[in-house]
This record gives sequence, C-alpha cells and structure tokens, in this order.
Amino acid sequence: MDFKKAFTSSVGKKLVMGLTGVFLILFLVVHAGLNACIWANDGGAMFNKAAHFMGSNVVPRILEVGLFAGIFLHIIQGYLLTLENRSKRAIGYAVDYSKGSKWYSRSMAILGTILLLFFILHWKHFWVPSRITGIEQQALLANGVEVHNLYALMQETFSEAWVVIVYVISCIALGYHLAHGFQSAFKTIGVHNKRYHLLLSSAGLGFSVFITLIFALMPISMYFGWIQ
Amino acid sequence: MEHYHMNLNLKVWRQPNSKTPGAFKLYRVENISSEMSFLEMFDVLNEQLIRDGEDPITFDHDCREGICGACSMYINGKPHGPWSANTTCQLHMRAFQDGDTIVVEPWRANSFPIIKDLMVDRSAFDRIIQAGGYISVNTGNAVDGNALPIPKDHADNAFAAAMCIGCGACVAACKNSSAMLFLSAKVSHLALLPQGDPERSNRVVNMVAQMDKEGFGACTNTGACEAACPKEISIANIARLNKEYLSAVLTSE
Amino acid sequence: MLDAKIPAGPLAEKWTEYKGHCKLVNPSNKRKLEVIVVGTGLAGASAAASLGELGYQVKAFCFQDSPRRAHSIAAQGGINAAKNYQNDGDSIYRLFYDTIKGGDYRAREANVHRLAEVSGNIIDQCVAQGVPFAREYGGLLSNRSFGGTQVQRTFYAAGQTGQQLLIGAYQALERQVALGTVKMYSRHEMLELVVIDGKARGIIARNLVTGELERHFGHAVLLCTGGYGNVFYLSTNAMGSNVTAAWKAHRNGAYFANPCFTQIHPTCIPVSGDHQSKLTLMSESLRNDGRIWVPAQKNDNRKATDIPENERDYYLERRYPAFGNLVPRDVASRAAKERCDEGYGVGTSKQAVYLDFADAIVRYGKIEMGKDGRNDASKEEIIARGKEVVKEKYGNLFDMYEKITGENPYEVPMRIYPAVHYTMGGLWVDYELQTTIPGLYALGEANFSDHGANRLGASALMQGLADGYFVVPYTLGNNLADEIYNKPVSTDHPAFEAAEKKVQDRINTLMSIQGKQTVESFHKRLGKIIWNECGMARSESGLKQAIADVQALKKEFWSDVKIPGIVNGMNPELDKANRVADFIELGELMCIDALNRNESCGGHFRVEYQTPDGEALRDDANYMYVAAWEFKQEHDWQLHKESLVYDVIKPTQRNYK
Repeated sequence: MDFKKAFTSSVGKKLVMGLTGVFLILFLVVHAGLNACIWANDGGAMFNKAAHFMGSNVVPRILEVGLFAGIFLHIIQGYLLTLENRSKRAIGYAVDYSKGSKWYSRSMAILGTILLLFFILHWKHFWVPSRITGIEQQALLANGVEVHNLYALMQETFSEAWVVIVYVISCIALGYHLAHGFQSAFKTIGVHNKRYHLLLSSAGLGFSVFITLIFALMPISMYFGWIQ
Repeated sequence: MEHYHMNLNLKVWRQPNSKTPGAFKLYRVENISSEMSFLEMFDVLNEQLIRDGEDPITFDHDCREGICGACSMYINGKPHGPWSANTTCQLHMRAFQDGDTIVVEPWRANSFPIIKDLMVDRSAFDRIIQAGGYISVNTGNAVDGNALPIPKDHADNAFAAAMCIGCGACVAACKNSSAMLFLSAKVSHLALLPQGDPERSNRVVNMVAQMDKEGFGACTNTGACEAACPKEISIANIARLNKEYLSAVLTSE
Repeated sequence: MLDAKIPAGPLAEKWTEYKGHCKLVNPSNKRKLEVIVVGTGLAGASAAASLGELGYQVKAFCFQDSPRRAHSIAAQGGINAAKNYQNDGDSIYRLFYDTIKGGDYRAREANVHRLAEVSGNIIDQCVAQGVPFAREYGGLLSNRSFGGTQVQRTFYAAGQTGQQLLIGAYQALERQVALGTVKMYSRHEMLELVVIDGKARGIIARNLVTGELERHFGHAVLLCTGGYGNVFYLSTNAMGSNVTAAWKAHRNGAYFANPCFTQIHPTCIPVSGDHQSKLTLMSESLRNDGRIWVPAQKNDNRKATDIPENERDYYLERRYPAFGNLVPRDVASRAAKERCDEGYGVGTSKQAVYLDFADAIVRYGKIEMGKDGRNDASKEEIIARGKEVVKEKYGNLFDMYEKITGENPYEVPMRIYPAVHYTMGGLWVDYELQTTIPGLYALGEANFSDHGANRLGASALMQGLADGYFVVPYTLGNNLADEIYNKPVSTDHPAFEAAEKKVQDRINTLMSIQGKQTVESFHKRLGKIIWNECGMARSESGLKQAIADVQALKKEFWSDVKIPGIVNGMNPELDKANRVADFIELGELMCIDALNRNESCGGHFRVEYQTPDGEALRDDANYMYVAAWEFKQEHDWQLHKESLVYDVIKPTQRNYK
C-alpha cells in the first residue's frame, strides 16, 4: 500500500510534478537543440532535415506520446495541487507575506497557465500542420526526399509582430517557471546535500536564462530577417 | 541606544470564538516606549481595554524569551513581525516609528482554527508528533550514553533541526499552509541520529500521512517558511524528508 | 516532627534497598489504576510517559496549548550527571556532596544521594531518545564545568539544554498518547484537589477554551507544576507559571515547605521600565569571561566606555579574591544589590551593574594572534580577533541581549541585575515524593526536596527528570499496590460535587466583584512587596510590614478587582485572577516563613544575621530543619519541623574569600 503513496500523498503528488518537470526540461533541451538548426542559415535545409527525422522516425514518435502524457500529467496535477493548496486557507491575510519568497515561486500556476495558452497557439502554429493537417509547402532534402517545409512555415508565422511578441513573452514566462521549477524539482526528489543543491540551483538559473534566450531569439531572428 | 516614545494605530483581528466570524478593529495606543516588547505593548492595550470595559485581546504567549513557541502573531504581513530569526515576544517596539499603523492577524490555516482573536489551535502539530515523531525507547532501556559514538557534524545537524519550537510560523508563512518545515525538522533530527534509524521508514510515512489528514497543504519549495522561521530551520530539511519518504515508500514491499 | 520515611541502612544503599523491597503492581492491575499528572514540564512529561509505559492509565494536564511549551524549555545551561567521563575525579558522592553544600546544608541527604545515583541514567535515557547533546569530534559526549564546580559534569546542547530535554520527554509522552496509555488534556488548568477519606482522588480542572469545569478521578495525583517565582511578578518564569495547583493541594492539607527559599539569579537583563512583563536570563556561563563592575563614584552618569580603569570598582574581585566573578549565585546577587542600594548602580534605572567583556576580548585576541605568530598585531587587530572568539562562545546570548536592549555588547558592557529564577521551596514530600496528603505526589520544582537553600547551576533539569523517570515509577507503585482493591470512584461522588461547587463559587465571586483595578495591577503590587521585603535581603521589621501589606492587598483584591469577559468561554483574565489570588496568599506565607527563619543561609539573607564583613550567618543549632507549614485557616499556618540529620556530611561555613 505504501508504494502507492509515492504518487498520491502530498509528497507523492509533488514527486509527480517534479519527475514530469524534469522530463519536460529534458524535452526542452532536445527542442532547443533541434530548433537551433535554423541558425545554420542555410535556408532551412538542416532544420527541415532534422524536423523530418523527428516526425518520421519511430523512436521520437513514441517519445512524443510520452511527452504529451508528461505535459498533460504536469498540467492536470499542477492545477489540482494548486486548487487543493489554495483551499487550505479559507480566510486569507489582509497583508500578504511577500518578502519571504520570490514572486515567481508563488506564481507557478499563473506562469503555467500562460504557458498552456501559449502551447495551444504553438501547437496550432506548428504541431497541428506538421502532424495532422499537413503543410502545403514542400522542401527537397539533399537525398531527394520531399518533406514539409517547416522552416518556411516558421518564417511565415514569425512575420507577424504580434506573434513574435506573444512568443517572446511566453519564453520569459517559461524562464521564470524554470527558475523555480528546476531547483524545486530536485528538492522534491530529495537532493538535500548542500553542495549539490547549490550546484543545481545555480545550474537551474543558468538554464532558465539560456533557454529563454534561445527560444526568444528564434522568432526575433526571423522577424528581423537575421537569418534567411 | 536612544529611546523614544510613540503613538501607534493598531488594526487587530477580533473574533469571539471559532464559530462567529471575525473582523478587524482599530485601536490607538499612546506613549509607547521603544524599549517595550511587542507583547508588552499589547499588555498596555489590554489594560486600557479592561479599564474601558471592553474585552481584552486574547493571544497565545508564555515564556516571552523566544523558546516556548506559544506566541503567534502575524504582524504587518509577516509571521512574528519584521525582524528576522525572531519571535513575536522578542520583537521590540524600536522596530516601529511614531504614527505607524500595525496590522496584526492570527495564523491563517484551516488546520489552525481560531480559538479567539489571535489565538489558534495548533494541536495538529502534537498529533503529527504522535504519528511517529519519537524514538521508541521505554524508560530504563538505555545503554550508556557513550556506548554509541555519533559524528559531531551529525549531532550538530540534528540539533539544528531539533531547535524547532513548534510555533507554526512556517505554516502561517506558506501560501499552501504546508507543515513541511515543521515535519521535516523532526524527521531530520531523528533521521540524522543512529538511535532514530530503526524506525526511520515508518516514522516518515506515518507523519506525512498524519500531516495530510490534518489538512495541511503540499510543499512547493517557495522558501517562505525558512524566511519566517524564528529558529532559522533550513529548508534543506524538507529535501531530506523527501528523500527519506521516497526511499521508504518506493522500497516498500 | 515530620517523618520523611527515609529507608534504613547506609546512605549509599538506601535507594537500592528501597527498590529491592518496594511493593509492585502486576501488569494486569496497572491497567486498572488511573493516575493524574498535572503539568508537563520535565518532571510531568517524564513521569506521565514512564507511567504510561508501565501500563497505568494516565491523564496528563497542562494549561498551555501543548505539553511542549512547559517552561522547562527555557533552561539554558545544562544538566549535571556524575558520569565522570572526563576522568577528573567526579563520582556520585561528589555530586551529592556538592549539591548538599551548594544548598547550604538545608537539603535532605537521602534524597540528594538518590538524585546523584540516578543522574547517570538520565543522560543515558535522553541520549537513547535522541536528545542531541553537544559532542566531541570523536563522537563522544562533551562536558563543561558550570556554576564554579571543580569537575566537568555538565552535559549540554548549546544554550538550549532545557528545550532539548523537554522535547525528548514530550516525544516520549506523545508516543504514549498515540499508544493510548496517556490521555492528554491541554489548555486545562487544575483548580481544585478532590480528597476522599483523606486520600487524593482527583481534580477539578477548567477547560480554558470552553470555560467548563471538569471532574477527573485518579487513584493518585501527581503535581508537576513547577515553581512559584511569579509571586514576584517579575521573574525569569513564563507568564503562565503559577502556584495554583500546589496551593490548592496546600489548602487541602499538603504542607508547604521552606516557601521563602527562592533563588535570585545574578545575571539577568535589567528592568527597563514599568511596562516590563518578565525578565530574561543571561546564562551563568557569561561570568566565566565577563568582569563585573560599577563606577567607583556614586551617581556617575558617564558612559561606561568613558570611565577610566582606575575609577571602576570590580567589587566581586575586590571582596572575594579567591573566587572573584565566579562566586555562587546567591553571593553574586547580593553583592550587586548592595552596590546598587548604595547608589553605585548604572543605566537609567540605576538598578544594574556592568558585565564587561573588553578584557576577555583582548585576552582572547592576544592568544589567537600569538597562535598565528603575530606578535606585531595592532590593538584593533587583536580586538577584532578577540571578538570572533567571544562570538563563537556566547554569540547566541549576545544576540539575545542586543534584541532586547538594542545595545551591542561587543562594544559596550552588558548591564545586568539579579532576578528571581527558581524556587527551592515547595510542597513538602517524603522520600517517596508523597506529600502529607496520601496519594498526592509532588515532583520537580513543585516539591521542596533536593536543593536546600540554594540550587547549584544545572541541577534543576537533573532533579525534574530524576523524579519523573526514575523515582516516581517505583515509589508510586509501592503505594498503588494497595489500591488494586479500590475501584475508580465515580465523579458523581459528593466530594467531587463539593469540590466543583467550591471552584464555581470562587469564580462567580471573582467575576461579580467588578471593581476598578485590573488583575495585572494587583500582581505588580504584590511583586513589589515581596521583592522589596522577601527578596535578596530581608529584615524582621520589613517582613512584618510586608505581611500586613499583603493582607491588606488581599482584602483590596477581593473587593476591587475588575475581571472582564465571560465565565463560559475563553477568559485569560479570569485565569490570571485565579492565579494571582493564590499568589497573594502564598506571598503572605513566604514572609511568615522568612520571618521565622532567624538565620541567613543560601539564597535567603536576613540582614540581622551576618558576619562582621557582611556574609551570610547560618544558625545550624536552631534552624537545621525544614519548615513545613500546615494551612489552618485564612492568615493562619502551623509550623511543622523536619530535622535535617547529616550522617555523612559535616556542615561547614561556606567561604569564597
């Protein structure tokens, strides 16, 4: 019976958040690495090839199922936990205690909601066309295979200023979400050694800034035509 | 240290009992010395209220030297008031200036129901300890105190966790009303000592179960508890509790 | 003459002998016996836990919201035990001897020897419970010397030994609560003792939240309710510490012993004004490094740092060259009072002396610089280094001082003044810790037994835990063995009814007075009378005046006190009134006791009885007895004496010159 508690008790529920969070962090690394191909500045050849591999090979497709499971678990559990935690204080304070913690640590649900709204837009922009409805524009790879020209779709999408602004704001939200989430996940998993904890906290902050910059620079680069 | 006197406006939560809803009430106290403690300022106010035929304000307090953990006021948006590593009873009036308005609220958490005014019921903490916050050794069973050497840093870390005074400021500070800092201080204290080893798995599982049953929230590692803790109990204890808990439940058969 | 029921035989074998022959209760019968424990400090929590473990049905009561808040938690220094881990010549006998001598030969030999015998077991038990005592790098327990003893026998946990020991006992208690052997009643205050056929059979307690009066039966009642230092209003006790439970026992027939024996601790933070609600102790350990002084001129208003060395009077070093700043508590306290009374006091109130670390800082600084081979270090460098050392040793105390006073003790000397800290007097108990009411026991500070006229540092924790863990489990069994034939008395019994009515009537009377003065104001006035006339120095005329003043105060209290609020609900003012009413009565008895004792001993100084150079003058020929007072009626007590027989130790005059 105790085994179930690893996922259902208050500590267990946090473990689910932490583990899915770490999994999503790993996905971000892959996603960022893959998208960084746009900066090869080769008209999208390398990027389209990589995107095609991800979309056609069976391994990433299976992982994608896991990814979606992870995202939805993270979102649903996150909302449930937030609701539950909020319900623990029926009458709130007249003056909130804001000095003892960072605003973004207290705002994970709001940041998460921004990210969820962003995902819906993001999926509509890219995932739905590339996986379901299809992309009309095709690109020819060096080996002669014809693939979706996702690169062109990006250029088209990021030609509109409001889209770029929304993406950049969302990237910043992601950064703050990670600034708390990264180190918190490891605490939840049980890293209490001071040295490792310090290491992970610093790494977490560095990672948050790095990821925010990488992703935010993509639409910006395209909008301003820094890459062709 | 220069001493001064001040007049203050107090906005205090008044609630006759757990069933009747409460509200803030405004009071004015005059000629308060900067040398007074915060609770002595409340003593002055209460004497004033009694003389005026009003009901004095009820609040928990006992040792007035920062160790019993009874005092529990949420002052101007922080448990135990503006100073760090401090209890309400050790807060002194030189923290305030003439003309200040001070808002005083009770600990707020469903698991700490209000008894009257600023006094809350923290018996949930006792029940969490009952669930396993001890070492099962009957009187007379002990071996010689030096029979079991304990590395100094383990003993020191255990002591740092055992300094918890059970005041509940961590719960009051946490946006989730989580009792994890309190719980983790006890789990760490006992897990760091060899005497606590035989019961370590059951202890942490049962104590967490009791905490959940009492209706405290889950920890989201914001760090507010640590910042409000009068004894500066480290949030690293929560991570240690997580480790203890997960290794207990994940390896259970 | 009172019979303390001390077992026969050689001193060192009395306790072993007793344990070998005392009656036992078999486990199935223990389940049928109910025991009430009032108070959950070190004595109460350890007793309730130990009795629960044995299988008795225990009901434990505390007025706080949790047993963990009892004031034992505030003890700073440490706990003595005759372990001799340091190989420095300690032994059970030596701890016993030091305690008797420190108590100025007014304690009972057999009890104190038993205390020393079980002291080692206490440390073992606490370690097993997980009490994180200070340790050496090798992993073994650390000791320090305390209160000027010649051996290192004090175990400690930084400056929070009391807290750690209490948490240990509290956890043991909560474990029994979880196992169902102890039922815990927090926020309950005992307001009456129920006596049936001459035996203690229960209590009336007020539920402080609902205001309801409850009846509780017990085959025996244990009072572990601490000391009565709050009779002085200002003391290092917690705000709630009170004498009420013990006083109810006293009024029901339990004798009260040596009530005037109170301990005044020399190093407390002085009073800052009329608003002061309590006093805070600065650990005795500070006197190991701090030098105590006052200005050599009266009414010197210069800042401490502006007073040159040759205009300072290091009066302890001057008067007691052999012990200097390390004289025992009673001597140090009296000397401070003497200087302040003569007009040499410092600070705005002039009721304080300096405790100066400047010399220690330089001394430590030089040692550290010497270790680094820095013989050329400047004065500033030495001071900076010295401050680091002092911070390491006393940092938490210095921080506490700064929080309260706003002054930085690294830069300016601390101001200190004596304050009431502990009460050696209490309910008279025999060797079994039983009071003069059969079935009623008193443990820890609530009884009078082990510290005589002055308690040594780090001995209070030892006594509380000894009584609870290792004494009462045996002695209670010896008496309860005869109770197995007695079924629990129904709480409908007329005695319960009468006791509850008594409490109800008193509460109604108190609430109906509706006078003009607050409870707090009466308490303050009582404190002033007792502090001035029955504090560090007492005189016949002063005590007689004090008795008259307290009697007048009592009258005034019962005709002019104003208590707001309701009876059937939370009412801290009513609770306070109940306590202050009892303190007033106790105050009178304290003065009567002090007046009766025509000698100066320990913490009790009668100005008429002093040596030519102003030291305490004991009168062993006429006063080597315990003064146990029986309550007859209002303002009327009868004295019973228990002679103190010293078979092993030969009393001598204490000399610290």
